[in-house]
Formats: sequence, structure tokens, C-alpha cells
Amino acid sequence: MAQVSSIAEEQATTPLSASKSVLLRISRFNPETDESNKFMEFSVPYQKWTTVLEAILDVKKHFDHSVAVRYSCRQATCGSCGMLINGKPRLACFTKISELNSNVVTVEPMNNFPVIRDLAVKFERLFDTHQKIKPYLIRDDTELESDEKEFLQSPEELENFIQFANCIKCGLCNSACPTMTTDSSFVGPQALAQAYRYVADSRDKGKDSRLDIIDESHGIWRCHFAGSCSQVCPKGVDPAMGIQFLRGYLLGFRS
Amino acid sequence: MKESTIMKIHYGTALASVGLVAVHILMRLTTGFSDSLSYENVLANYQSIPYVIMLELILILLAVHGFNGLRVILLELKQGRVYEKAVSYGCVVGMIVLIGYGSNTIIQTNMGMI
Ligand code: HEM
Ligand code: SF4
Ligand code: FES
Repeated sequence: MAQVSSIAEEQATTPLSASKSVLLRISRFNPETDESNKFMEFSVPYQKWTTVLEAILDVKKHFDHSVAVRYSCRQATCGSCGMLINGKPRLACFTKISELNSNVVTVEPMNNFPVIRDLAVKFERLFDTHQKIKPYLIRDDTELESDEKEFLQSPEELENFIQFANCIKCGLCNSACPTMTTDSSFVGPQALAQAYRYVADSRDKGKDSRLDIIDESHGIWRCHFAGSCSQVCPKGVDPAMGIQFLRGYLLGFRS
Repeated sequence: MKESTIMKIHYGTALASVGLVAVHILMRLTTGFSDSLSYENVLANYQSIPYVIMLELILILLAVHGFNGLRVILLELKQGRVYEKAVSYGCVVGMIVLIGYGSNTIIQTNMGMI
């Protein structure tokens, strides 16, 4: 009983008024009616733990329901809520306002993606390039037919690719990549990282066909080592490193 | 040609050029800078066969590297089937023309025709 009342007391000592407020600037743009984007500004209260996504949803709830934003999991798992936050590609649900150390938070749609409306962008190019590199195990037999129940893999073999399997297809890396901006046919860091993820998987037998797919004039060679993909990835994937490993296969340094 | 083959050539010509251009510049330093570019000295250099071979190699390496570099830059600047074909063939033609013109100059100078 004593414990319950102390919790109640503790809650009472953290009143909502203790929160600070931040100026949230949201880029508004409807390609069907607008020539260019405009910023709408809202003063939003926040706590130490408030995320940028929560602040945007707060605006939708209390000020303007028409703000377009895509989200689902709210826990950096679904990859829906990528956007530019103070100029840097980030997941809105995985970025706390307090960590930005700024009184102004500006949110814009990701670069290198066509805008549907406001913060929501089209993912077709990412899904197409992802599909193009054959993001699945390629081999003639299947786990269902073979005598062994599953394709065994040692911890070391898993280590070769596991960080690349953490990709949630959020597109932040593609948004940060300078080549994606100028080359509309470039396969992009997300798909290249996934090409490596499967090539490096000991259960996969599709290395040659996958290397063939990325070895073309808008493929892997159009990466110029900017490395911004790896800086922005929220899941610790290092697409730039995967790209260099893939280059190693193509240049004969790896087999 | 496969893009990886082209890029192997690109990196190979780049590395070889760095080496040869360094030798080329060091040889310029054997005389004073102004002397190095005097008309007689320039002509005289072309009488040394190893030097002429090095110049021809630099010409070929940098023409191949430079025009492929230009092709890469142009392919990233704009996309489209016709445009990309024009860029690729244009760069091969430019490469051949430059090597032809440069070789012609080197050979004529070596043979004392200039
Ligand atoms: C004629 C004009 C030139 C053009 C248009 C050109 C263009 C390029 C391009 C587009 C790349 C690829 C960069 C990348 O993939 O990120 C490159 C790489 C390279 N170039 Fe050149 N280049 C030229 C002249 C030279 C010269 C004169 C040298 C040295 C003597 C040189 C040395 C290199 C080296 C070492 C690389 C490899 C490094 C890298 O890939 O970034 N280039 N060049
Ligand atoms: S590699 Fe990282 S940044 Fe790129 S799509 Fe996957 S999770 Fe997002
Ligand atoms: S809402 Fe799912 S990753 Fe942000």
C-alpha cells in the first residue's frame, strides 16, 4: 500500500507543465496543387523522451489533421517514418527532440524520393531496386525437400552478413547518397547492401547472378565512396562497407 | 564490355598515369623551368626514343582514363537510352581522335618533320 502511494506521489511531482516547448517547422507540399513547399510552424510541448514523430502526431491531433506523415511501428522497426530532421535523414520515431539540442526542429520529406504529400514519399524506386538484386536465397534445393531439416550455418558464417540483415528498408541511406540525387538509374546503397547480405550468406548459391546484376553502367561502380549511407543508417548497417566488399569480388580480391 | 572490366582499366590507367606523369614532371625538373619549355629543348626531347615512348604511353593512358572518366560523369548527369548511347560512343570516338592526333604530333616531331 505504501508503495502504491509513493508512486502516486511521484507522478504528482512531475506535472505536465514541467515540459519545455519547441518550434516544430513542418514542410507542407502537395505536388498536385503547389509550386513549391511552404513551412508551417507550431509550438509543441515536449518531454525528455518525446520523439519527433510524437510531436508531429501532436500537431495532427491538436492543430492540423491534414499533415501527411507515414508511420506504423513507432519503434524503429517498420522503416516508414524516415524524413529529414534538421537537415539529416533520420527516423522520426527514433529521434528524440531533446537529443537534437535545438529550439527549432525542421522536418522535411527525404531527399531523392518523390513527394506524395508533405512528409510522405514514394518508395517505388527503393522497392524496385531492392527486388532487382534478388533479395532471397538462391539454390536448387529447399529446406522443405532436403533430408536435413534446415541449412546449418556456423556463428562465424552468420557473422559475415548478419548486420546487413538488420536493414528495415527505411531508405535513409538512399536519401543521403549523392549519386542517388543525380543518377536516376543508380541502384543505390540500400539494394547494394542487400546484394552483399545475400552474396555473403553461406547458404546462398546466387553470387554470380547477383554480381552480374550490379555490374552495369548504373550499378555498383557509380558509388564514389561518399559514405553518407553508413552515417545515417539507424540500424547499424554499413552499406558503404558492403559495397566495398562487393567491389572486392568484382575486382578479384575476394572469392 | 562489362562495367567491371572498364573500371579495372580505369583504375589501372589511373595508377600507371600517376607513375608516368611523376617521371615526366621529374624529367622537366632536370633543366630550369623556363629552359624546359624553350622551343629547341622541346624538340630535342622528342629525339630520345625512351622519352617518346613514355609520352605516347601517357597519351594513351590518359586519353583512355580521361574519356572514360568523362563518360562516367556524363552518365551520372543525365539518363536516357539515346543519350547514354551517344555518350558512350562519343567518348570512344573522342578517345581515338585524341590518341590519333597526339600520336601524329609525336611521330612527326620525332622524325624531324616539325
Ligand atoms: C583527363 C581528365 C580526367 C578525368 C575526366 C578523370 C576522371 C576520373 C573519374 C570519373 C574517376 C572515378 C572516380 C570515382 O569512381 O569515384 C577517376 C579516378 C581516378 N583518377 Fe582520374 N580523371 C582524369 C585525369 C586523371 C589524371 C591526370 C590522373 C593522374 C595522373 C588521374 C588519376 C586518377 C586516380 C588515381 C583515380 C582512382 C581514384 C578513384 O577512383 O577515385 N586522373 N578519374
Ligand atoms: S541500410 Fe539502413 S538506412 Fe538503408 S534502408 Fe536499410 S536500415 Fe535504412
Ligand atoms: S514508425 Fe516504424 S520505423 Fe518509425
